[in-house]
Parts: sequence; C-alpha cells; structure tokens
Amino acid sequence: MSMTMAEKILAKAAGKKESSAGEIVMANIDVAMTHDLTGPLSVESFKKIGVPKVWDPEKVVIVFDHQVPADSLDAANNHLLMRQFVKEQGINNFYDVREGVCHQVLPEKGHVVPGEVIVGTDSHTCTHGALGAFSTGIGSTDMAMVFSTGELWFKVPETIRFEVEGTLKDHVYAKDVVLNIIGQIGADGATYKACEFAGETVKDMNVSDRMVLCNMAIEMGGKTGLVEPDDKTKQYIKGRSNKTYEIMKSDMDAESLKTMHIDVNQLEPQIACPHHVDNVKPISDVSGIEIDQIFLGSCTNGRISDLRTAAQILKGKTVANEVRMLVIPASREIYSKALDEGLINIFVDSGALVTNPCCGPCLGGHVGLIGPGEVSLSTSNRNFRGRQGSPEAEVYLSSAAVAASSAITGKITDPREI
Amino acid sequence: MEGNVWKFGDDIDTDIIIPGRYLVVIDPKELAKHVMEGLDPEFHEKVNEGDFIVGGKNFGCGSSREHAPLALKGAGISAVIAESFARIFYRNSINVGIPLLEAPGISNHLDTGDKIEIDMDKGVIRKLKSGEEYEFQKLPEFMLEILNKGGLIPYVKEQMNK
Repeated sequence: MSMTMAEKILAKAAGKKESSAGEIVMANIDVAMTHDLTGPLSVESFKKIGVPKVWDPEKVVIVFDHQVPADSLDAANNHLLMRQFVKEQGINNFYDVREGVCHQVLPEKGHVVPGEVIVGTDSHTCTHGALGAFSTGIGSTDMAMVFSTGELWFKVPETIRFEVEGTLKDHVYAKDVVLNIIGQIGADGATYKACEFAGETVKDMNVSDRMVLCNMAIEMGGKTGLVEPDDKTKQYIKGRSNKTYEIMKSDMDAESLKTMHIDVNQLEPQIACPHHVDNVKPISDVSGIEIDQIFLGSCTNGRISDLRTAAQILKGKTVANEVRMLVIPASREIYSKALDEGLINIFVDSGALVTNPCCGPCLGGHVGLIGPGEVSLSTSNRNFRGRQGSPEAEVYLSSAAVAASSAITGKITDPREI
Repeated sequence: MEGNVWKFGDDIDTDIIIPGRYLVVIDPKELAKHVMEGLDPEFHEKVNEGDFIVGGKNFGCGSSREHAPLALKGAGISAVIAESFARIFYRNSINVGIPLLEAPGISNHLDTGDKIEIDMDKGVIRKLKSGEEYEFQKLPEFMLEILNKGGLIPYVKEQMNK
C-alpha cells in the first residue's frame, strides 16, 4: 500500500506493516521531552497515576529553558521539583539552565533522528520533523501516560505536502516562506495534518532553515512538520547521535497526500501582524511602523545562521536610541560559536543586549516583557494578544534580517534598504 | 448541564485563555484568577460555576499548556462549545475532564447572557427562554466515560484496578 511518511513512521511505531489516515494507532514513543514550565504539571500527573518509575529513563529528555535562571521563587520551586524528579528517576538526558531552548538542544545533542516518534509538552515540538522524525506537542496528562507506559494513541494524520519551488531573493528566508504559507492557508488550514515541506527550495535549504519551516507547522494547526531526510540530514546527525535510524519517504500516490504548490521566486520579506500569525503582509505594506523592542532569538530564529545574518547587517551600525534590542542565542553551542565568530561583539557594540540562551520574551513569562501600548518586532513564532506581556501591546513577527535592519532605524524596515 | 453563555470570537488562543506569565502555578483555582484576562480582565469575577464558553473556529489554538483547560475548569466552566477546536487543546481538555462540543454555526445563534441547557446523550443545546435547539457532534462513548470520571487519570486508575 502507498503511504505518506507520517503513515509509515506511525505504522512502524505501532508495530504494524501499514497505517492509514484517520486510523487510531497506539504508538511506541522514542523520545519524550518536557521542560521547566510544563514539566511540573506532567510530573504531578505522573505521580497521580502512581506508577513508581518512568518506562525508560533513557528515552526521557528534560530541558530547562523557559525560566532560566529562575526569575521568581515559583520558578525556583519548579526547578527544584524537576531536579528531584530527574534524580529519583535516574534520567541522564537532563539539561539544566545552561544549555538552551529545548527544540534546539534536542537535535544538537543527538536525540533526534529520522523515522522516530517524538513527543514533547510544548507545541513547537513539531520542529524536529526537519530531520524526518514524527514529532508533536502533547499536554501534561498525555505525557504522564507516556512516562507510565511508553505509548500514546494517535489519530494518523493526512498530509499536506508543500512543494516549494523557486529561488529566494536576497534577504528572503525560510521564515518568509513559512509565514507566506500560513498567511495563505490560515491558522487552522492544516489542523490535524502533517505538514510536509518539499520541493527544490527546501532541498537547497540547510537543516536550520528546515527547522524554521517545521517549527511553525503548529501555527497553521499542523500535527507535525516533516522534511524528507537527505544527505544534509545525515551530515547533521553524524557525530551527534549514535542511534541507528531508518529513512522513510512519502509515496507520491499515497491516498491521504495532498499537494500544494508554492512559488517563492517573487516572494518579499513577510511580516505577521498583530494579533494572529496568519495576519501576514508583505513588508512594503507595514514598513515604517515604529518599534519599542526587538527580539532576535527563539526556537524559530535563534540559530547561528540568524545571528550571522543579523550581525552582518548591524556591523558598524547602532541600534536606534528609542529601541531596545534583545539578542538571545538558542543554545550554548550557538552562543559559543557566535563568540568565536565575533558576532557577540558586533551585537554588544551596536547597543543590543545579549542574554543567556533561553526562550526569552517569546512567551512573555521571563525576560523582556513589553508594556501597554508598546510594539515588539520578534523573530519568534507567535504574536497572540498578550503573548509578550501586556494585552495592550502589539507583536509583529519577522525574519532575523528584518529584525536587524529595523533595529537600526527604529521602524519596520526592509533589509534591502539598509 | 445548565448555565450562562459567555461568547468569544474566532481563534481564541491559549495565551488568551491563560497568559504565559502565570504558568508557574498549577493550582486550577489560582490559574482561574487570570482566565481570559487578555480579553476581559474581570471575567473570573463574572463567571459562575456551571457556565459555558462559546467560541468561533479554531478555539484553543497555540500552546500545549494544559494550564489552559485547567484554568477554565478552575473557573467553573462546565463545557466549551465552538465551531471547531485546535488539536492539542481538544485532547488536553478531555484529559482534564472538560467537555468540548463541536457545533458548526453555533456562534450565530448564541450570545453572552443566554441561558442554555445541554443534553450530552442526545447531542442537543437548548436555549431555555425560547426553547430553540441546536445540535452538536455527540462525543464517543469512551470520551463520555473519561469525562464522567473527571478526566483521563481517574479513568485509567479505575481501569487498572478492575
């Protein structure tokens, strides 16, 4: 039977030869990730179930990234609770406050390989599909079930395959591509579907850019992002993971596969405007809007390529007086590389604030909250009302290049004009 | 089930239901003090035990935070009725014991202040004043069982003890 990549991965995880969209399967979980913010609720639910030990401590990964270092007594208590859990359960894959954002740390540390099923108590867990894993966000009760049994039920999703064709213009990036797709199909356009990104443009992208696409699959309701593994995938994994893995690809005649063609030849930088991610406009429609805070970072665009792009634009320039710019590398590895390459100096010299790897202002729960009436331009993935602080504030989403060029002028600015 | 309607629009996201800065606590009663705060800061004072939330399409989009259905539960919301729901929120709500009722077109018929009654077995929403009835997609038996037990964990514990 012809199957999609999602159907093949879920069939294998369920110990079956075949699975088809709509079917409910009980799948074995290869990696179960939780973090400092949704972890405590998962642990509490796990304790309520009453199973003494997690099913396989080697398959559990815990990352502290949302409130690191602890910014309140409540956060410190949550960290204590999670460290205690790590200790009593004998969990070795534990990344304390120093390591970075979970969706960057997992692939970097070799926990993500093609063909596996990954769940995380964070909706952007879909990022890992960039390496060909079926990866999805779940709640704390479901995580408690996974901790107890190592299994979880899934409704096998249909697949939308976005065939992205064309050459991106200068200063147009994966972020612009995915924002454009979300703008076209809407915030619920892919609800319960696997979003497979394919086509020449995606083949030409590096793993970081593919992560940007998959990261935002949830912003159109997607269950997972997916990219067919290739040599770039293998290269990325080499030296990071010792796991053996199987590469699975969609059969083009699979019944539940629908294709959507995206031509990016003429694509301009894209901006998601308040307060919905699908409220996407080309930059020419919104340039000149004044900004109070700029956030360069997050599991969407806090990678070394983003920092390089931004540093190139900011080199020898100054962040406008009325703007505060926060630069937050997504992981310790990226931070260290950025130091070696002199990028951090460029940011600091330009007047930007550089902080430790963490989720930062993305979810408005830690550093860099914005007040009533303020406007934020952010390279992260959500601009919901109140997302970065006050419900009377506004959040615009963009690529790293737009963030850097706007930092210089204090207004939303097309990087091609700098 | 009987109670008042509180109506909201399309794409009500989890940051509206409970903003990120409150996720450090997990007590439903504490979370309930901030439920829907972004759209209506006094909502938690106005809402009564047993009331319903009515939404448009894509209710609950965004984060996987289970704090969102817990905050609604803490506020006494007995069910959410919407045109459609986002995936993770749907699953989380059933898991913590909040019924989600999918009723296409419902936001054209119900408004804040309406008193309604819900018959889970028949799949019917009834306006008490006018007697008008609207259908919703009935939940499958196992989901009703989970909801009757107060959520997935009590349900599973009972199954394990059988």
